[in-house]
Amino acid sequence: MSTAAMQKETKWWSGGRSPFNASYGKVMMWYFLMSDAFTFGAFLISYGTIRFSQNFWTDPNKVFNSFPGLHGMDLPLAFVSLMTFILIASSVTMVLAVHEGHKMNKKGVEKYMILTIIGGFAFLACQAWEWTHLLTGDHVALLGNGTLDVVPTTVTMNPWGADVNPDAVAAALQGTPHDQLVNIASTVGHGGEAHHDMSALSNTELIDAITKGNIHVTHTGPIAFGGYFFGITGFHGFHVFSGVVINVVMWIKTRLGHFDERGHYEMIEKAGLYWHFVDLVWVFVFLCFYLI
Amino acid sequence: MSEHNHEHNVSSPEITFGHPPAEGTGRIWKIFWLLSAVTVAELILGFGIAKHWYPSAAWILFIKGVICILSFAKAYYIVSVFMHLGDEIRNFIMTIVVPLCLFIWFIIAFLWDGDSWKKLRNKYGGEPAKTEQVAPAHHQGAKD
Repeated sequence: MSTAAMQKETKWWSGGRSPFNASYGKVMMWYFLMSDAFTFGAFLISYGTIRFSQNFWTDPNKVFNSFPGLHGMDLPLAFVSLMTFILIASSVTMVLAVHEGHKMNKKGVEKYMILTIIGGFAFLACQAWEWTHLLTGDHVALLGNGTLDVVPTTVTMNPWGADVNPDAVAAALQGTPHDQLVNIASTVGHGGEAHHDMSALSNTELIDAITKGNIHVTHTGPIAFGGYFFGITGFHGFHVFSGVVINVVMWIKTRLGHFDERGHYEMIEKAGLYWHFVDLVWVFVFLCFYLI
Repeated sequence: MSEHNHEHNVSSPEITFGHPPAEGTGRIWKIFWLLSAVTVAELILGFGIAKHWYPSAAWILFIKGVICILSFAKAYYIVSVFMHLGDEIRNFIMTIVVPLCLFIWFIIAFLWDGDSWKKLRNKYGGEPAKTEQVAPAHHQGAKD
């Protein structure tokens, strides 16, 4: 009776009866995710615009070719495959948690929420490793001033440009200052000589050591690469992190029996929608940054 | 009606009919294996790009197109099955999917824009237009 009276007073729909036969919270979660899809879409399309505007773009297979514990091996796509499968697996455990929720099986929900949370942390750990690897990377690049140096991949520096031919490398080594030669020699050295020993060597000795080390030198690449990579994977990682926080809250509420008291596990479904969205976005981040 | 709600654990009085009781987990696992298989296919195709398997730039472009289509297939299964959007009523699906059609214009327009920038820069050498460099330096003191 009161509902009918209220509907005459205002033209705004404010719950109470669902036009889509879904709860207010779930409908609004969907609209939030749709808007978030546009945010991510805009970021990725902006990346595409910049990439299409350049004559040269960094080859992801050269940047992302490392795996923890397997130093010096060329393994394109290996680590990111692991990350992708972690996320797919955690998506499945999430969907199984929702499934157990439908059956009002508290123990089942708890178990699958824990597995989903572990998956989320594993993904974040992988991302932390990858960021650290890039930010502390030891790739030798030919800088704009004609000298060579060891540079990491950051938002202001991209060492992954086109290859430099051996003659140009030899010429650039002649003009490279002593401290930069020490940096380069330290990265190509086989770990036997410590850094302070290197600095005692003369420029000629350092250049000799570097040339014997057979280094792979590139020009610097488009600077936008790092900004887009760290910006977009960071924004996605932030979503993963907040998803893990939400899942932990849901796990605690399940354990405390809040959803049993309420008589339904719909909160698990809503958290699940968010978590699957994170997986969905990763499909496209994976596509844009690693595959193509 | 309330008895009917009670049967299917309906979460709120807003909902007038519950979803059918959850079936087994068979469909979930089927989609998991499907997503994994598609991901492996993408990885193999992408690995081919890294290892220079394909004879020409046109081939690489074609492979990249295939990878994009496979990614959209993955997105479809995640949204439809894992997020259960396929189980919602059609009007609701349309309110989500129709606005997303904006992406068709969004992607085409902005990639085209980027490509146009590249062509213009290559044609005119990337130098800024000289006319914009004219500064009204002589008039600086005029106000005083």
